[in-house]
Amino acid sequence: MSDLPEYNFAYLDEQTKRMIRRAILKAIAIPGYQTPFASREMPMPYGWGTGGVQVTAAILGVDDVLKVIDQGSDDTTNAVSIRKFFARTAGVRTTTRTPDATIIQTRHRIPEAALGEHQVLVYQVPIPEPLRFLEPRETETRRMHALQDYGVMHVKLYEDIAEHGHIATAYAYPVKVDDRYVMDPSPTPKFDNPKMDQCPALQLFGAGREKRIYAIPPYTRVVSLDFEDHPFERTRIPASCSLCNSTTVFLDEVVTDDQGGRAFMCSDTDFCEQTRSSTGAKS
Amino acid sequence: MNHVPLLSARGLSKRYGARIGCEAIDLDLHEGEVLAIVGESGSGKSTLLGLMSTQLDSTTGSLRYRRRDGISVDLDHLSEMERRILLRTEWGFIQQDARLGLRMNVSAGGNVGERLMAVGWRHYGKIRNEAQDWLARVEISGDRMDDAPTTFSGGMRQRLQIARNMVTRPRLVFMDEPTGGLDVSVQARLLDLIRGLVAETGLSIVIVTHDLAVARLLSHRIAVMRQGRIVEIGLADQVLEDPQDPYTQLLVSSVLQV
Repeated sequence: MSDLPEYNFAYLDEQTKRMIRRAILKAIAIPGYQTPFASREMPMPYGWGTGGVQVTAAILGVDDVLKVIDQGSDDTTNAVSIRKFFARTAGVRTTTRTPDATIIQTRHRIPEAALGEHQVLVYQVPIPEPLRFLEPRETETRRMHALQDYGVMHVKLYEDIAEHGHIATAYAYPVKVDDRYVMDPSPTPKFDNPKMDQCPALQLFGAGREKRIYAIPPYTRVVSLDFEDHPFERTRIPASCSLCNSTTVFLDEVVTDDQGGRAFMCSDTDFCEQTRSSTGAKS
Repeated sequence: MNHVPLLSARGLSKRYGARIGCEAIDLDLHEGEVLAIVGESGSGKSTLLGLMSTQLDSTTGSLRYRRRDGISVDLDHLSEMERRILLRTEWGFIQQDARLGLRMNVSAGGNVGERLMAVGWRHYGKIRNEAQDWLARVEISGDRMDDAPTTFSGGMRQRLQIARNMVTRPRLVFMDEPTGGLDVSVQARLLDLIRGLVAETGLSIVIVTHDLAVARLLSHRIAVMRQGRIVEIGLADQVLEDPQDPYTQLLVSSVLQV
C-alpha cells in the first residue's frame, strides 16, 4: 500500500474544498436556496452520493467522527463504501452509533435518535429541484423561486388527492424552509419531515450531478406543504419491529422466504441494535 | 362605468432589428369592450398582442393599465412580481395552441385550480368546487374533471383553457386565434361561450384573428393591421360594411360567401 500515491486529506484538493465551503456558507445564509457549485468528478458513479461525499469532504476535520447510512442502514454497499472511502483518504474515525458521530452522511433517512447541536447531517440528493417535474425549464424554475411563484407545487398535491383521495406523496415530500423557499428534502420518507423542523443539527444537502448545495441551519422552521382540509400526515407501517419491538419508528418490509413470508424491522439499524442491547431483546 | 380606458397604448412600436414588428400603435380599450385585431399573416397582429399582454418588450412607446383598485400603472415599469400577479389575477391569455396554455399532464380540475392555488387558496374542497363550477360553465362534464387534457378534443381543450383563465375573474383576456384549427360547429359553440361570458361578467377582450366572421360575431370594434400599422379602426359593423381603407376593402371582399 505504501507505494500508492497519497491522497490529499479527504480526497479533494484544498482549492476545491474552499470552493465547496463557500457554496455551503451561502446555502446556510439563504436557507432552502439551491446554491450552484462546481461539482467535481468523484471516484464513484453519479447517483451513488457524489454530492453528499463532496459536502462531507469539504467539512470533514481530523477530529470528526463519521457515520454513513443508506436507507437508515449502516451496512449496505453504499454506506460501507463511502465510510471506507473516508477512513482511507482522511484517516478519520468512523462509527455506526448515531450519538457518537459528528458528521452523518445519509441517503434517504434521518436517524431515529434525536440529533444534537454538535452534529451535521449531510444528505445525498438526486434531484434538488422540487418544481422539476412540474416545470422542465431551469430558467423558469429559478425565476419561480425568486418570485415565490409556488402555485404549481400545490397542483401536485391537488392531483394526488384527486387521484387517490389523500396526499399519496410518500417521499420527497415538499417543504417550505424558513417561510421562504420551497425545498425538496431529498427522497426521505415523509415520516422524517417533522424531524427537519427546528432541528438542533445543521442539515446540508449535496446534489453532485445537478451541481447544487442547499442547507437548513439549526433551529429553522420547516413546514410540509398541505391543504387545510387535507393536512400533512406522518405515515408509517402500523406494526412493530420484529427484532426490537419498537412501535414508533420507521419500518422496512423484508421478504423472508418465497412463500409470501415477510417481516418488518427498523430501517435505522443502529437504533434497532441500541434498543435491543438496552432491553435485552433477542438479536 | 369608468371612462378612463382600461388599457391604453401610445406610440407603441416593436422592431426586430431593422424589421418592423409593429409601429406607432395608438389604442384605447375600455371596460367591457371586445376589440378584434384583424389582418393577414405577418401583419403584426400577434406582435401587438404580445406587447399589450407584456409578453414582449416594446422598443418605444408606452402602455398603461387601470387596475381593479383604480390605480393606473405603467406596464413598462412593473416589476416582474407585480406583472405575474397581474397576469394571474386580473388578466387571462388564451393561446391558439391549447398545449401552450394548459398543463397537459395535469387533470382538468388541477388546470383550473392552479390559479386559485397561486393566489393563496389552500382548501382542497373549495378549490375543487370552484373548479367544478367553472368546468360546468364551459360545458365540460364533472366526470371528465380528473382526466388530463391530452384525452380532450380540440374544442374541449379551448373551453378548458377559458375555464382555467376565468376562474380568478379576470377583467381583461387576450386571445390569440382561439378558434384556429377548430371545425365550424365547434367554433360556433366556443364563440357563443365567449359572448356569454362577456355579457355576464363585463369582461374586456383583445382578440387576434384572421377570420372576419369571428371578428364580426364577437367584437365591438375592429382594428385592421397591415405591415405593422393599424390602417383602419372603428366599430365592427362600420369597418366591415363600409371599409374606408383600400386594404380593408380588399380584405372584406376576399371573404368567401357561402
